[in-house]
Amino acid sequence: MRKVGLRVVALGYLGLVLVGPLTMVFWRTFEHGFGTFWSTLSEPNTVHAFELTLLVAAIAVPLNTVFGIVCALAIVRRRFPGKGIVNAFVDLPLALSPVVVGLSLFLLYGRGGWFYGFFTGHGVQILFALPSMVLATVFVSLPFVAREVVPTLREIGEEQEQAAHTLGASGWQTFWRVTLPSIRWAVIYGVVLTTARCLGEYGAVAVVSGRIEGKTETATLRVQDQYENFNLAGAYGISLALAAIAVCVLVAMTMLRPREGAPA
Amino acid sequence: MAASATPLPRLVERGSAGDALSLGFVTAFLSVVVCLPIAALVWASTGGAFWTAVSSAEAVAALKLTLAVAAAAALVNAVLGTITAWVLVRDEFRGKSVVDAVIDLPFALPTIVAGLVLLALYGPHSPVGVNIAFTRTAIFLALLFVTLPFVVRTVQPVLRELDTEMEDAARSLGAADRTVFRRIVLPTILPGILSGVTLAFARAVGEIGALVIISGNLPYKTEVASVFVFNRIQTGDRAGAAAVAVVLLAISFAVLLAVGGLRRLATRHERA
Repeated sequence: MRKVGLRVVALGYLGLVLVGPLTMVFWRTFEHGFGTFWSTLSEPNTVHAFELTLLVAAIAVPLNTVFGIVCALAIVRRRFPGKGIVNAFVDLPLALSPVVVGLSLFLLYGRGGWFYGFFTGHGVQILFALPSMVLATVFVSLPFVAREVVPTLREIGEEQEQAAHTLGASGWQTFWRVTLPSIRWAVIYGVVLTTARCLGEYGAVAVVSGRIEGKTETATLRVQDQYENFNLAGAYGISLALAAIAVCVLVAMTMLRPREGAPA
Repeated sequence: MAASATPLPRLVERGSAGDALSLGFVTAFLSVVVCLPIAALVWASTGGAFWTAVSSAEAVAALKLTLAVAAAAALVNAVLGTITAWVLVRDEFRGKSVVDAVIDLPFALPTIVAGLVLLALYGPHSPVGVNIAFTRTAIFLALLFVTLPFVVRTVQPVLRELDTEMEDAARSLGAADRTVFRRIVLPTILPGILSGVTLAFARAVGEIGALVIISGNLPYKTEVASVFVFNRIQTGDRAGAAAVAVVLLAISFAVLLAVGGLRRLATRHERA
């Protein structure tokens, strides 16, 4: 009896907070038929917003994947002064407001900032342009690969790598032939999480991009823009497209999760 | 187990060039992406205007509201998240794997979409007749949504590893369910609950995407700290934005310290 009660509490809560609202978006989007949905998505500024989102993710995800792997290897396999600080700064984006991230970049590269003179002198626009949006996205999605790889590296231990070494493999060969194959699922899981975070970023990008329609507007910023211009159909359409990506991410996460704990 | 074992002596000295290269890369990347911007923020806040900006009535109201609602959302999710984790581990029912997957939805769904979605169901055009748009209740609900997975995902693995033998023994010795939970289950999962709650709290304090649409952002009423910072940037008040942002930064570091401490507490038996 108590078991059933708890089940009802848990499922009811999930229904009210998660599932109910999500079904609403489906309903609202297709309320006026599939044609409306498609025409909102094929609007040029919306297409540009999605292209820009993908471009930013295409730059940020590989950067954070390489960083995440190298950083995890350094944290687990090496001893170096300041390790605690590195650890803290890698975790920081998990606990920090994206607006604070955006503001920090704004203060660094904006008028009166330390780097303002240097970049304007060389004619490079950082703020209200792609570079700052990439920097903001890299910041907020920094921890995911590293956080997934660190525990896996700890678990597999060093024995195999040392064996490869004694057999004459170079550090590079050891990494590609021994280390990377055993951490690959953790890396992929981390990449999935990083991609989801990059595609969904709002706060940091909203501050540094300037939200210029058709220029620096990403998909999430476009949702807000459409909402504020009373184009609810547009806002719901883009939201549904983003939600569809989120569901794909969920499926990928679910398929990958059991392998994590599998013996390497 | 390899984590706690003493490392084997190095058989071969690794190439120190590669070491230096990878450490250099990590340091350079972290400096450019994280440290320099944060330093610029702290520097910008250290004008004489910090206290005036942070103690302005609107900033204080925004910070108070943020901390209160974030704490409330984190606490509710501590209870309901623990129940959900328990149901997912100990209960069996059809469609459990789907429910398990749905938990991660707030991690995967862009937060701005989350805000719009909640407005669709609990806003002015609500099909269920509940309109909480632009109220503090809306902020609370949005924060419940975005912080839902944290406690579930930190408690679930601990519960899964918890042996039911001890609980059975306690029960056979006459302990009531309540006692079993309080004396056996709770002490084991408490570090997990606490670290989940702290992370959820940090996430809630910094949330903006889910709130810009549904909260209405009325100063003194429904304006949270991150929206306050955002509005101050838009109006060009850098000192005001930087001051409140530094407070948020301090909260983030405090949370990370707390989580680090809890993690050490949770693994103290393994390391002993």
